[in-house]
Amino acid sequence: MAVVDHSPVPGPRGLASPEGWLAALARRSEAVLIPLGALIAGLAVFGLFLMSQGKSPAEFYGLVYKAGFGTAFSWQNTLSRTAPLLFAALCVALPARLGLVVIGGEGAIVMGGVACGALAGALSGWPPALALPLMAAAGALVGGVWIGAVGWLRHVRGVNETIASLLMAYIAIALMNHLVEGPFRDPASLNKPSTAPLPEALRVGNIPGWDVHWGLIFGMLACLLAWILIERTTWGFAARIAGGNARAAQVQGLPVGRLIIGFTALGGALAGLAGVFEVTAVHGSANASLAAGYGYTGILVAFLARHNPLVIIPVAILLAGFEASSGLVQRRMDLPDATTLVLQGIVFVAILMSETLYGRLRLFAPERWRST
Amino acid sequence: MTSTPFSRRGFLKTSAALAGAAALPKAAFAAGDLTVGFIYVGPKDDYGYNQAHAEGAGAVKALAGVTVVEEENVAETIDVQKSMESMINFDGATLLFPTSFGYFDPHILEVAPKNPDLRFQHCGGLWQDGVHPTNAGSYFGYIGMGQYLNGITAGYATKTKKIGFVAAKPIPQVLLNINSFLLGARSVDSEITCQVIFTGEWSLAVKEAEATNALADAGCDVVTCHVDGPKVVMETGAARGMYLNGYHANQSSLAPEIYLTGAEWNWAKVYEDMVKTTMDGGTIPNFVRGGLAEGFIKMSPLGPAVSDEARNKFEATKAEIMKGGFAAIKGPLKDNKGNVIATEGQAFEESDVALESMDYLVEGVIGATS
Repeated sequence: MAVVDHSPVPGPRGLASPEGWLAALARRSEAVLIPLGALIAGLAVFGLFLMSQGKSPAEFYGLVYKAGFGTAFSWQNTLSRTAPLLFAALCVALPARLGLVVIGGEGAIVMGGVACGALAGALSGWPPALALPLMAAAGALVGGVWIGAVGWLRHVRGVNETIASLLMAYIAIALMNHLVEGPFRDPASLNKPSTAPLPEALRVGNIPGWDVHWGLIFGMLACLLAWILIERTTWGFAARIAGGNARAAQVQGLPVGRLIIGFTALGGALAGLAGVFEVTAVHGSANASLAAGYGYTGILVAFLARHNPLVIIPVAILLAGFEASSGLVQRRMDLPDATTLVLQGIVFVAILMSETLYGRLRLFAPERWRST
Repeated sequence: MTSTPFSRRGFLKTSAALAGAAALPKAAFAAGDLTVGFIYVGPKDDYGYNQAHAEGAGAVKALAGVTVVEEENVAETIDVQKSMESMINFDGATLLFPTSFGYFDPHILEVAPKNPDLRFQHCGGLWQDGVHPTNAGSYFGYIGMGQYLNGITAGYATKTKKIGFVAAKPIPQVLLNINSFLLGARSVDSEITCQVIFTGEWSLAVKEAEATNALADAGCDVVTCHVDGPKVVMETGAARGMYLNGYHANQSSLAPEIYLTGAEWNWAKVYEDMVKTTMDGGTIPNFVRGGLAEGFIKMSPLGPAVSDEARNKFEATKAEIMKGGFAAIKGPLKDNKGNVIATEGQAFEESDVALESMDYLVEGVIGATS
């Protein structure tokens, strides 16, 4: 690795001069320090809530650390829960670039899972190298159509995408229940209606040496690709323009309709993959457990990450860590399970409130750090 | 994959160092000879399925030398696998009771083989020799008999000759309860019908309330249910002036005047026995079933609305069941589509495994399995 010389160099004022460097740092650190500050403020408020319940915040955060991040087991616990959150958060973050608030990723997850589970029955005996990509494609396709339809309704009929996606999620769960209890039901699944169990060859395993399935790696790759799409391609650029002002984008000749449908469909396809990994790596069949609420936690992750696909990774890990620790917190502190929800809710509100701070704090104003 | 941000070794090293550095408050933990973990799919105080198990766990807590750890609202996903492993890793649990049906396949089947020295006891499943791990086992009770006794009190209480059942899903365990409830009522009056409404979910309060109201509107004047938490059905039914038959746990405190009786689990006895067996160095059988006679289930005390005539029939039938070999499903019997279920003289005793794959509603039940 090359050694980077950070020492100030003389010359015209620019990025390399001390003043300019500081100013740039101030400007850039705003996007990091404000959410971080909001996170800490949220944790502090939650600490007050705990004290009001007669519980020790120190013990709480100690346990969260221990059970979420403190041991090798804790890390594997946390990372096992991260994969679906990555995909679900992308289903929120991608449409958000167009100014759309899609909150129904849960629907794409369950539909993707059902499609994958149903197809697996027809593909048993096929070589996994062929069958698994087909199953993944089926899940992504169905998830993509599910959320893409929301984008289509938005563009063609002006239907509010937030409400439409949420209601579509309810339809998806009802449809899943019908399919796994009816047409796709394995008659041997007596008291828990499910599709036929996947043959062992079609199960997705763990990352070697870890007790964490491959969904984590694919989820991280999806975040990286989504970031490249948004930040480094003309498509992403066009989407950001359209998100800023759709009318202006149309006047400029940008295909706003195709962008809306494309980005919502892509988000849905990724959420569908979450369902695919749940079926192939965790459940081994599609059943009602697919509706586990990952789609909703994904909303929180995306908002905390301010819809930046790369930031989604650490945020998803953090929230997965909170969830991984909720069990130990229940057992040691005798706190109800809803405690973690209260924590997530307070952090969410704190982050949303911090949105108003951007551009207002003198600390981050580049001018302040330039010598005059 | 080299693109992961962590190398495993470095990561383990860092986490170990961090773990060592963290000054954690030591939990006050009594050193017990045996640590037992209980995992519930819903809240511990749901007046139903989970509360029944939590009451059983409460009885185990009272045993000397036993530490009980509990977790509620654990989903039938990777969540329950990690909850089991967390109890094993952090609490040293060696006997686990993951109590929801959906915990078994694939979750217990995933974790049990990795921990061959520990014991996993699962409620409701059908453990099979040669198929499932030997350190896992399943237990359940013949609670259909409780619904049959519920039906007797309902049969005497109903004036409209229509009784109602709010059910979660059309699966064998639920269908057996619906059929038993009606057959109990028909043992009193063969003209009684039972209307069933499936909500589609184990816990969905709004639909449970809607279903109860719909049953009342349809003229049903007694209601029971098979959902995880019967509280909503009981309170809605009470508000509509229906007599109540409880399920899972004792709900009489919600409406003592009109609560007839209820089919309750008696997990306290089952869990105490299993924990004592383990502490004495014995092995719990892998497949355990029991009914009223074995103390796996019990009936709520009869309420004031139960007539003397009903009480006599109830007690007489209960005594019959206690003798063993009682059959609620017996010929001649047809399903509600006209297919023959049992011919004259044919009977399915409570312990008949065929009942665990029931897929029909008997004649007199108004409703459909699909």
